[in-house]
Amino acid sequence: MEQKLLTKHIPGMDPMNVQAYLDVEGYQSFLKALKTRPLDIIGDIEQSKLRGRGGAAFPVHMKMMSMAKQKETTRYIICNADEGEPGNFKDRYLMENNPHQLLEGMLIAAYATRANKGYIYIRGEFDTPIKIMQEAIKQAKAHGMLGTNIQGSGFDFDLEIRSGAGSYVCGEEFALIESIEGKSGRTRVKPPFPTDVGLFGKPTLINNVETFSNLPWILSMGGETFASIGTESSTGTKLVSVSGNVKHPGVYEVPFGVPIRDVIDTLGGGTQNAQKIGMVQLSGASGPIIPEYMLDLTIDFDRFEDFDSKTGAGAIIVMDDQKDMFDILKRISDFFDHESCGKCTPCREGNVHMSKLLNKFLQSDATEKDLMNLESLSRVMHQTSLCGLGQSAPTAVLSTLKYFRDTYFDRIEHPQEGGRA
Amino acid sequence: MPTITINNQKIEAKEGQTILEVAKDHHIDIPTLCHFPDLDVQSDCRICMSEIVGQKKLAPSCSTPVKEGMEIKTNSQRVYNARKTITELLLSNHDTNCTACERNMNCELQTLADTLGIDENRFDNILEHEPIDDNNPSITRNADRCIKCGRCIEVCKNVQGIHVLDYMNRSHDTKVAPAHGKFLNDQVCTYCGQCANVCPVASITEKSDLEKVTHAIHDETKHVIVQTAPATRVSLGETLGMDSGSIVTGQMVAALRRVGFDKVFDTDFTADLTIMEEGHELLSRVKEGGKLPMITSCCPGWVNYAEQKNPDMLDHLSTAKSPQQMFGALAKTYYAEKENIDPNNVYVVSIMPCTAKKFEASREEMQVHKETADVDAVLTTRELGKMIKRAGVNFKNIGEESYDAPFGITSGAGAIFGATGGVMEAALRTVSEVVNEKPLEKLDFEDVRGMEGIKEASVTLGENTFKVAVAHTLSNAQKVLDDIKAGVSPYAFIEVMACPGGCIGGGGQPYTTTNAKRQERIDAIYNVDTAMKLRKSHENPAVNTLYEEYLSEPLSKRAHDLLHTHYKRR
Repeated sequence: MEQKLLTKHIPGMDPMNVQAYLDVEGYQSFLKALKTRPLDIIGDIEQSKLRGRGGAAFPVHMKMMSMAKQKETTRYIICNADEGEPGNFKDRYLMENNPHQLLEGMLIAAYATRANKGYIYIRGEFDTPIKIMQEAIKQAKAHGMLGTNIQGSGFDFDLEIRSGAGSYVCGEEFALIESIEGKSGRTRVKPPFPTDVGLFGKPTLINNVETFSNLPWILSMGGETFASIGTESSTGTKLVSVSGNVKHPGVYEVPFGVPIRDVIDTLGGGTQNAQKIGMVQLSGASGPIIPEYMLDLTIDFDRFEDFDSKTGAGAIIVMDDQKDMFDILKRISDFFDHESCGKCTPCREGNVHMSKLLNKFLQSDATEKDLMNLESLSRVMHQTSLCGLGQSAPTAVLSTLKYFRDTYFDRIEHPQEGGRA
Repeated sequence: MPTITINNQKIEAKEGQTILEVAKDHHIDIPTLCHFPDLDVQSDCRICMSEIVGQKKLAPSCSTPVKEGMEIKTNSQRVYNARKTITELLLSNHDTNCTACERNMNCELQTLADTLGIDENRFDNILEHEPIDDNNPSITRNADRCIKCGRCIEVCKNVQGIHVLDYMNRSHDTKVAPAHGKFLNDQVCTYCGQCANVCPVASITEKSDLEKVTHAIHDETKHVIVQTAPATRVSLGETLGMDSGSIVTGQMVAALRRVGFDKVFDTDFTADLTIMEEGHELLSRVKEGGKLPMITSCCPGWVNYAEQKNPDMLDHLSTAKSPQQMFGALAKTYYAEKENIDPNNVYVVSIMPCTAKKFEASREEMQVHKETADVDAVLTTRELGKMIKRAGVNFKNIGEESYDAPFGITSGAGAIFGATGGVMEAALRTVSEVVNEKPLEKLDFEDVRGMEGIKEASVTLGENTFKVAVAHTLSNAQKVLDDIKAGVSPYAFIEVMACPGGCIGGGGQPYTTTNAKRQERIDAIYNVDTAMKLRKSHENPAVNTLYEEYLSEPLSKRAHDLLHTHYKRR
């Protein structure tokens, strides 16, 4: 069931030694790119139908094309490595185990969009990935893959690592850009989008670790071949972080189109003591919570549109039927209340009230009016918040209102029984 | 030209317009809070959300450009629910004791809540009380009322270039505050009050002296006199339901008498006097090789800024006091002596378009007598509006009256002090005629008028031609200063006003002072000027009498003692 591309060479590879990457034909795609017209590279990526792995699933070639068309010649590339979404740990895995694959992906993107400066914004708590990426940059420089006039091509590219101070919202692209600029992590109003006015006011291409790590593979196998992996709308493979009540939590790489149930049962080994699965949260704290009977859903960007959560199954968090749904929801809500940047009203003021309302359910003190208020608040937050954080903070509540509605009523009508999902 | 529909009405929009702009052009009201004309779009408050048919999420009208074929609904049930919920959320973290608020019945949040029909808030009030920041003479900051719209941050950072205020903390703990959560008087705040003027609620206001003044008026032992700044006559009407740019000089004088002031005088008189002193100071600096360019010093926000951020530039500032303080000094000396009243019993109130004037009046350098301040209290235009209402004066229908003598005889040159470029124009009228010893053919110096940030002109004095400049807003002032510091400033004389548009756009002016309103007030003030018989400060007979009777001549010893001051690093 697994199909390994991005993780193919990881077993046995020494991430601290560039030679290990070179031995598996590392940097060959970049060297090939240097002999290709930038627009042809973007064309190849268009054929691959690669979509961003960071959350919005935006077609990668469109961002790159938008960058390539800019008049401004100072342009930046940013790798979003601020993997702060609870339940996700696949970007960390890629950085810790195959750092040069990421560098190569960024080099290809930079060359194709004629950017000469790049940043890798790594989550502040990620000590090990920071160290490994620093070493990788050093070694790539020593091997002439970074710097001026790379491999005699006339192309210059320099790369720096930046990290935040632990704020979740800095994973949001504009908050991240503000953070690199030395400001506090608060998002900006869109439009303009980063490819028009990004870092330091210049056109900026921003993608996450997994997205960039796909580019060497697309160039080596060709866009068309890449597009044959996965499904029609979601091509390639997906790294999935499996956690919660499973026997074998970890990162797995599967082609798009695999049912979630198979990932949990076959790769995750099912629940630890064969407990019944109660809920599964997909994509992380900002993702939907679905019931067991929906697990035949396949991992596919478009299948997840229903939840307004395109992250697909970037994360699969398995919860058995003994968990109190309201305990889970309250924790998620507290997380967002803590992490909201405070810029826009619905997110700044909404999360605290969502948490208070959920606490009423948790304490078996909720009424039907509280349910109505929770539902109305969640919808407004989802529809009106400025950035992805506020828009997706109520996703867990909205999805449980849809799939576990009875649990809410049970708790209102039979508070003494508690409400197991 | 995209064709769109808004609420089923077909509309031809202009290329690049936002939903809000198109709606405004077609008289469709969309409520806003963080949005303010002339400031960058924040899109923070999310009140202006509209529905675009076919889109799952709502769109902020202020920052969503229209596209061909867009079908927009600004009043659907979804839109209404969203606006209502967001307003409730704002109110849930806000001091909702409206009747105890200065802006009760004049508050953008309250109006919104009323429009949306919020009779009960579904969300608990979670406000955590913060101390009030009012240990300065000018501004009161009440964080309990702040709705974090960010307008004050924008105006302080981007218009004034000072950036005293910014966001602090995050999520529902977000505050707008000076750095490190300190108070305004710990910071380089100039008290210009632009933050107060753009605040949609009463989180930032002037520090009110209304009670103090009312008390003095009713104190039989006090002879309470009042002076009115040039800009107030073209803006007071707005606080009392009249159009912006209404000229209400005569009504204001009458209303001040009804309120109970013993004498009503005009700061325009001491504006003329300022021109005499400052003009002669300029001539003496030019003649004797003094520090040039000389920069005006009648704007207290600007003086604070110079003292705090550019202390190396202080010898460029004219030593002449501002018209407000010249008035105060004369009221407690010349006037008290003339009327035979103990200066301690003369109570001087000024009506100013300005919050920094309150700070200026409290400066110890501005005190002729040890026991009493020269100006005892300063009311903003807004405070006067309240006072008039409170006193039951029917302002719109009151008959016009004239100022009292001797400080009521004024020229048009004094009046235009209220607009950016006005002090410069008044000075040029006088200096030209004094030096060239012949009447000017044209009194209007058009080059120094208008809303352009930095304006320049040249003037010929005798055989020499001098370049002069006018800057308004403190970020423009800094540009002019940077040129002086770099040794490339071509000017002999510079006028600086802290507020956009000059005093007519001051921090104490009626709420929601947009640039459009500023222009209307500017137009009005030049109309006041052209309607006057006297249009040159040096031809003001009362000023000349004052010199004859008391000061002898500009820059005399007594003039220096009473009408000039000094500056220091702060």
